[in-house]
Amino acid sequence: MIVSIRNHMATLIAFIVALLIAGILLLTSGSDALQAFAILFWGALTTPGRIADMVMLMSPLLLCAIGLSISFAAGQYNLGIEGQMTVGGIAAMGVLRFYVQGDAPYVYWLLALVMGMIAGMLWALLVASLKRYTHVSEIFAGLGLNFVALGAALYLVFGPWKRPGVASMSGTEPLAEILWLPTLPATRLAWITPLIACVVLVIIWRILRHSQWGLQVRACGLSPQASMRMGIPATLRTFQAMAMCGALAGLAGALQILGVYHALVPNVASGIGLMGLLVALLVRADIRFVPVVAFFFAVITSGSIQLPLSLSIDSSISGVLQGLIVLAILVSRAVRKEGQS
Amino acid sequence: MNSTQLTIDIAAIIAMSAPLIFATMGIYITERAGVINLSVDGAMLLAGMAGFALALVTSSVVIGFVAAALVGALVAAVVAYLGITLRLSQTAVGFVLALLCTDLSSFVGNPYVQQSGPAVAAFPIPGLRDIPILGTVLFRHDMVIYASIVLVPVIAWWVYRTRGGLLLRGLGERPEALFARGVDVIRSRYIAVIVGGILIGIAGAAYTLDLKQGWTYRHIAGTGWIALAIVIFGAWRPWRVLFGCYLFALLQTLASRMQDNTWQIPTQVLQVAPFVIMIFVLAIVNTIGAPAMYTRIQRLPVPLQRLVRYLSSPAPAALGQPFEQQ
Repeated sequence: MIVSIRNHMATLIAFIVALLIAGILLLTSGSDALQAFAILFWGALTTPGRIADMVMLMSPLLLCAIGLSISFAAGQYNLGIEGQMTVGGIAAMGVLRFYVQGDAPYVYWLLALVMGMIAGMLWALLVASLKRYTHVSEIFAGLGLNFVALGAALYLVFGPWKRPGVASMSGTEPLAEILWLPTLPATRLAWITPLIACVVLVIIWRILRHSQWGLQVRACGLSPQASMRMGIPATLRTFQAMAMCGALAGLAGALQILGVYHALVPNVASGIGLMGLLVALLVRADIRFVPVVAFFFAVITSGSIQLPLSLSIDSSISGVLQGLIVLAILVSRAVRKEGQS
Repeated sequence: MNSTQLTIDIAAIIAMSAPLIFATMGIYITERAGVINLSVDGAMLLAGMAGFALALVTSSVVIGFVAAALVGALVAAVVAYLGITLRLSQTAVGFVLALLCTDLSSFVGNPYVQQSGPAVAAFPIPGLRDIPILGTVLFRHDMVIYASIVLVPVIAWWVYRTRGGLLLRGLGERPEALFARGVDVIRSRYIAVIVGGILIGIAGAAYTLDLKQGWTYRHIAGTGWIALAIVIFGAWRPWRVLFGCYLFALLQTLASRMQDNTWQIPTQVLQVAPFVIMIFVLAIVNTIGAPAMYTRIQRLPVPLQRLVRYLSSPAPAALGQPFEQQ
């Protein structure tokens, strides 16, 4: 009990230190730090429209972070997550292009989501295979495949799937409006997306915490050699963990197409996957805290969009703050471990 | 394509590779000492931004480079403290710092976006510049590019021919043996990481003050990751890393050439091609060199065996592992 309180105190102190550094940065750039923090922490929650936008950012972030906690549990740094989101989006768009006026849209939604998951899964398995069979670290295999996925999206947007007349970075021809995921009135909240994210969270939580499979994956992450000696199929578990992560990233990418962009854009992932990595680094394999941290990061990120307009502060301060928080908490953990030994 | 065009292209490739050479040599020194610094991509952006901003304010390119080197050293020192002293996962620390420094460069660099500032002046070497072909290829650049050409031989000589170089390699291969002989492993690793960081910082300034001549948000994002990949591709050997840098620049030049042709491939696709090719070359080289292939390699003729062994030299044995001094 006392140890747990001390742990929370250390995290809190780390958090405050990160805030202080960000505050000093804001002050030295000549801005009102308090007002900036107010917008960062509350700006996204002031109107229903803004809350809706925050939820639409949080949902794919949640999916990616859940997937990444699985791959982290298996000891893999899946930096290829952005590429896995992108191919998910491409696959979804590939399905949706077959839509003919008069068909039932939900058949296409389901197909698009399934195909997105399969595409993301295959992309992640490619990373896992490159690591297992050609000894390319998953970090660089993933990054390389991110570029491949981006190249493929660019090719489609500017080549075969381009808008009639003008091809541009803004994406392909928008989907027929009936294919857009339904939104709550007067907002951009496509409620199916957060619903799916929550269902996935509960399912994966159960699997990772309360199943033999989850235990074995975590064992592989801690020590592949030891777990192999215990008779756990370590390679298979690692591949499965990567596949699940890729599938969830692909699902997130497909949902971005259906619920946010309504077209294929080159930058489907838009940094959400990398932010998911930060979230996963913070929570480690403990999936219970994923929603909390994802909510917090989503609030900061969508709040920061108002900064340039209202205070003429660059919105990248949200990324700086997130990085500082993760770094400070990592340090507080290391210091604590040092103190105990 | 005539021969003048070819010499101009080769000269351009040499110029384009300069920042990459600084970055890869910085990473090379860091990893030879057994430390992974994954923050390179962000560190280069931050150093490049700081270098450009200070050069703009002081109208001195030299001060710009010094500032960039200091920023590179500072980021490296953070990596060293967290990764070596606190023994946090070097991968995690580097990744977080890469993102953090990228956003920091956008935030702090906001006022300097798209401003025109000072740049490194061209300095054709008198006499040598008039040599036909070779003059254009090698001797009509500026000081930064000359330095990049000289850097690799100097580092290769230092690492393989001096006591200090032996120490550096020992740090990455068998730190416990060095420690047994009374070397302060942790302090030496700090020095290597910080020297590496200085080179990475200079690489950033080589972009903003020389090759790209200016600063915008994230304008060289991705090159740090490529530099890290090139060092692996070069199997931690300076000359092969240099070859990797030139190969990458060559691929980029070819990509921009192909736009003029009737290939009908969108520009954006060609721009990502070099990144892709690097990864696949890496995969092939690693497959050939895998321990599982040894028996098959032994059936090859001896010269081919040697070639394969040369192509597949392994990473420093202690790479990424924290060291505990007792």
